[in-house]
Amino acid sequence: MEKNNAKAWLYLLPAILFLGVFMVYPLIDVFIYSFEEGYNSASQTYFGIGTYNYSYVLHDPYFLQAVKNTFILVVITVPLSTGLALLISVGLSSIKKLRNLFQTVYFLPYVTNTLAVGLVFMVLFKKTAYTDGLANLILSIFNAGPIDFIDGPYWAKMFVLCFYTVWVVMPFKILILTSALASVNQDYYNAARVDGTSRFRMFYKITLPMISPMLFYLVITGFIGAFKAYSDAVALFGTNLNAAEMNTIVGYVYDMLYGDSGGYPSYASAAAILLFAIVLTITTINLLVSRKHVHY
Amino acid sequence: MDNKQTYEVIERRARRRTTVRNVIVYLFLGLWALMVLFPFYWMVLTSFKDYGSYNAEYIPKFYTLSPTLQNYADAFTTVDLAQYFLNTLIFTVITTALMLVVIIPAAFAFARLNFRGKNLLFTLFLALMMIPNELVIITNYTTVTNLDLRNTFAGLILPSVASVFYLYLLKENFAQIPDELYYAAKVDGTSDLRYLWKVMMPICRPTIVTVTILKVIECWNSYVWPRLVTDDPAYYLVSNGIQEIRENGFGRENIPAMMAAVVVISVPLVVLFLLFRKKIMAGVARGGTKG
Repeated sequence: MEKNNAKAWLYLLPAILFLGVFMVYPLIDVFIYSFEEGYNSASQTYFGIGTYNYSYVLHDPYFLQAVKNTFILVVITVPLSTGLALLISVGLSSIKKLRNLFQTVYFLPYVTNTLAVGLVFMVLFKKTAYTDGLANLILSIFNAGPIDFIDGPYWAKMFVLCFYTVWVVMPFKILILTSALASVNQDYYNAARVDGTSRFRMFYKITLPMISPMLFYLVITGFIGAFKAYSDAVALFGTNLNAAEMNTIVGYVYDMLYGDSGGYPSYASAAAILLFAIVLTITTINLLVSRKHVHY
Repeated sequence: MDNKQTYEVIERRARRRTTVRNVIVYLFLGLWALMVLFPFYWMVLTSFKDYGSYNAEYIPKFYTLSPTLQNYADAFTTVDLAQYFLNTLIFTVITTALMLVVIIPAAFAFARLNFRGKNLLFTLFLALMMIPNELVIITNYTTVTNLDLRNTFAGLILPSVASVFYLYLLKENFAQIPDELYYAAKVDGTSDLRYLWKVMMPICRPTIVTVTILKVIECWNSYVWPRLVTDDPAYYLVSNGIQEIRENGFGRENIPAMMAAVVVISVPLVVLFLLFRKKIMAGVARGGTKG
């Protein structure tokens, strides 16, 4: 094939420009920001270079709270949503009638605005002077409550956040797992059936190994997504997440940048890089674990 | 005789077991469907409830006997819902169109043309896919602020255009088109641009449509960047709009009007989804990341 250098670069120019200005340059800049001490965004000056920003962020109680919240959210929602999605997908692939309908319904949360539907969840769980809310109505059947899930105790708020997060991430997981299940070669099941293998054994010995790459992909993207949780929390608890004790790491970054407590791009940069380091570490651990357990 | 009976017993038992299993499966699936649909039902229901009667319900009712459209009128008059809507529409259309203009030629260059540094550049592009938005958003915020682009459409749109992942999807698809077509077109004296426009894009239309729909969903739901660069309600998108409504609009307690706004915001994407159900689900299965 002939070389047409100039023309190719011309075709690539817009993409390179956009990516250069809004991705590559910021990527370099964020590291510089994070080491510039005492940066002032008004005069664009700084005192010196060092790791003060990192130590400030690491000692900030709001950041520690955000890290704690994010880790709790990750540890609860990732296994829960993946397991639930697996159960639902297995159920879906075992039926014929209504299957399309169920699939369509399950996918709905994916196309809805997180902020908008979060408001509905807030209404369902909120306890006001006028009403205890629907969640408390259900609790009262079991003689419990009422609990204020939105402005109340920490674990009640964490419960709602986890609940909503699971609700939001399920469509993607169900979709991926149902297509993974559909792609398993039926011959394996037929062969197992001839041998009189029990259903549970077939699931454990055929289905799980065959879909393990997809399952693992979901775990990785689930971890990454959950570590970046932010808009779900905003939808439920409002923009002042620090006051609600429900901030996440990403929320901390944005609060440092903008809003009432904002104007500190250096702290924001340091926090963003710390988040990136955490996500990178967890993903690497995941990859190492998968080498042993995932069957390709 | 005896054998036949035992056979029937076994068969009946097996059939009963299948029925029980089916009932359990359908119950379980139905339960989750209820979990998914209930918030939607509740938001539509509440949006039709009268303000007074809603607040009078200490125990929430699951139905309403006197539906009213007043809340929808309120949603459009008390807050600038129409404005937020229009802003989101402009933002979505321009961002998606610009993205296509940027990534289609680039995908063509990677898939079809040969030039020095191609592999290196493509590897660099792929590496960019791993960069989380949170890292670059800080400098972008500063850049946009310094360029005085806060509270403008340019400031909203420009940083949202580039999308390496969609470029990658499109390049993979372009690369599947056999080389012979290209040579045949060359022999006929077709220019590269014309070949791209007349041959490649029609062949790859499904992928282009998928990428477009995914980008539209992404734009419609984007919240973080619009929140950072706009504080003037005249430039709010629906996500910021809904947050604004929650914190300041309708005097806080007017839940029915809030729910009416939520319904209005949710309807376009739900309709889009029902129209392009297969395409969207296939597209997300290939290229979605939310989750």
